[in-house]
Amino acid sequence: MDTNLIPPPVRRIVVGSEPTTVAPPPQGTAPGGNGAGAAAPFAGLRRRRPASSSAGDERMRLENLTVLYGDKPAVLEVSLPVRRGEVLALIGPSGCGKTTLLRTLNRLTELTPGASWTGRLTLDGQDLDQLEVTELRRRVSMVFQQPNPFPMSIFDNVAYALREQGQKRPGKAELGPQVEDALTRAGLFDEVGHDLEHPALRLSGGQQQRLCIARSLAAGPEVLLLDEPTSALDPRSSGLIEELIVRLRDEVAIVIVTHNLQQAYRVADHVAFMYLGDLVEYGPVEQVYGAPREARTREYIGGAFG
Amino acid sequence: MAAARLGRTSGRGESASWPLVDRIALGLCWAAGLALCLTAAAIILYMMFQGLQQLSISLLFERPGEGSAGAGQGGLLDPIVGTVIVAAIGTAIALPLGLAIAVWLSEYARPFWLARSVESGVEMVAGTPSVVLAIFGLLVFTTEPFAFLSLKVNPEVEPLGRSFVTSGTMMSLIALPLVVGASREALQAIPRTVREASYALGKTKAATIRRVLVPASRRGIATGGVLGLGRIVGDTAIIVILLGATTRLTPTLKGESPYGFLSGPMDFLSGVPLIGPLVETLRGNGGTLTSSVFENSPAGEGNAAGKAYAAAFILLLLVVLLNYAVDLIARGRKERTWTPT
Repeated sequence: MDTNLIPPPVRRIVVGSEPTTVAPPPQGTAPGGNGAGAAAPFAGLRRRRPASSSAGDERMRLENLTVLYGDKPAVLEVSLPVRRGEVLALIGPSGCGKTTLLRTLNRLTELTPGASWTGRLTLDGQDLDQLEVTELRRRVSMVFQQPNPFPMSIFDNVAYALREQGQKRPGKAELGPQVEDALTRAGLFDEVGHDLEHPALRLSGGQQQRLCIARSLAAGPEVLLLDEPTSALDPRSSGLIEELIVRLRDEVAIVIVTHNLQQAYRVADHVAFMYLGDLVEYGPVEQVYGAPREARTREYIGGAFG
Repeated sequence: MAAARLGRTSGRGESASWPLVDRIALGLCWAAGLALCLTAAAIILYMMFQGLQQLSISLLFERPGEGSAGAGQGGLLDPIVGTVIVAAIGTAIALPLGLAIAVWLSEYARPFWLARSVESGVEMVAGTPSVVLAIFGLLVFTTEPFAFLSLKVNPEVEPLGRSFVTSGTMMSLIALPLVVGASREALQAIPRTVREASYALGKTKAATIRRVLVPASRRGIATGGVLGLGRIVGDTAIIVILLGATTRLTPTLKGESPYGFLSGPMDFLSGVPLIGPLVETLRGNGGTLTSSVFENSPAGEGNAAGKAYAAAFILLLLVVLLNYAVDLIARGRKERTWTPT
């Protein structure tokens, strides 16, 4: 690796304060406590952010998870914890199985013909395949790459998540406060609160994506899965959503798939690097970016492939 | 838009260098397009000219003459009401049925061979001439199990098989392929990610279809319904064969029927106010605007060409309005699309 590589400025997000841009440290300064990572481009850029109050509260556990499409493995023998109070980022080149892994966490892979999985997946100690799939997906909700609001009003989009299967009840009056709360938590209420009857499809892409997050939050999930949630958005909208992700990690465990290494660095607490279906490395973001144990990780983080 | 399209072929400087054959072919294309425009204009203007001469308010609200003596006499109230009844029955059956088929084809369609068979079935019905549907309907509805849909001359003979209900039912088959096609297209235009979003919120497939997919495709469904309505309104064969094509609505109420027909299994309703006469009308014979055009034209019995023109003009107006409605619905649909990737 090129030791003279100058790290780019990185936008840091700290809960409760404005995002700041941190200048890269002068060359040759060893980052605090982690001398081995001096070569990595992201080393030393990270400012500690206040630890989450509920950090370490484990919600989901993956043990030897293997996902097959037909007889072709997409994810191989992956074991990971998913904890509340932290953001877990899945990174890796295209086709490495990170999206498949994410979609298996709320059993959306079952919608793909020919897909199957083995291993043990638990949510709060309960086996995932023992759970009713509809209940599981309420507890482990997902936001997709492409904003996909329903062609209804903003209110109905959120209310849809709150209502029972196919019901129209409870009505607007009863759901009002809950809808407002979900929109507020998704940081959207200030922008759309004056007209909740506005068609959701007329919102901007970034607003649509935050509406999708609000919709997912409304049902009170324990885990929120985000599949490249900002890759279809402009930088400003992406920034808003990254701030939102960091803010939300106190309430829900968050797993995010991203192609954007800097984004993973900005929002994540733990990072899992996947390559060709294997989990190559898992650890705190400082360690994975600063002092990767595996050569593959070092090359990927360093931009050698991907 | 039409002007822009024509403009593209009118590059005179370009075609001047073409071989003679191509220039003649281009000229023929122009001529064909213009001829169609002129024909359409001629139909509308001529029918308007003829129709408006005959048309009057009283014609719209007066009943036609009774029996063969009254042929060609009176107004067009009964054919207008008949058209509305047949169209209502046909659409009321075709819409839910067509939507159900479209949902199944778009969201389930397993096993594959069955889906293919259903598709072929819909295409088959779409391609069947309505006169064949009418004769088939006559075969079916003259059997004893369907006696309650029409009337009987006496208890010993088979049912007549001709009524608003039976003709409306066969009419629904004409509209059905259009409803299926438009609804299915609308359902399939919804991105897969929208379905996944609903599943990811813990919703079942049924709830997703009911609360997301069908509401999202309602414009497509409505378009199919209106297109089907237009087809029903314009069909003649089924009316002549399965409705009797009488000048007046002829309810089967005992004593009131000019033919003295027996009512059969639905008799108990005839005493009930409103419902009784309604049921008896639906089970009785009648005619529509199309059959009225035919009957009043020199080809039919009435030999009242003026009345035929008036009825034809109303029919044309109706169909043009329905086409306009389809345009309106389709235009609205464009506003509600998903942002492309």
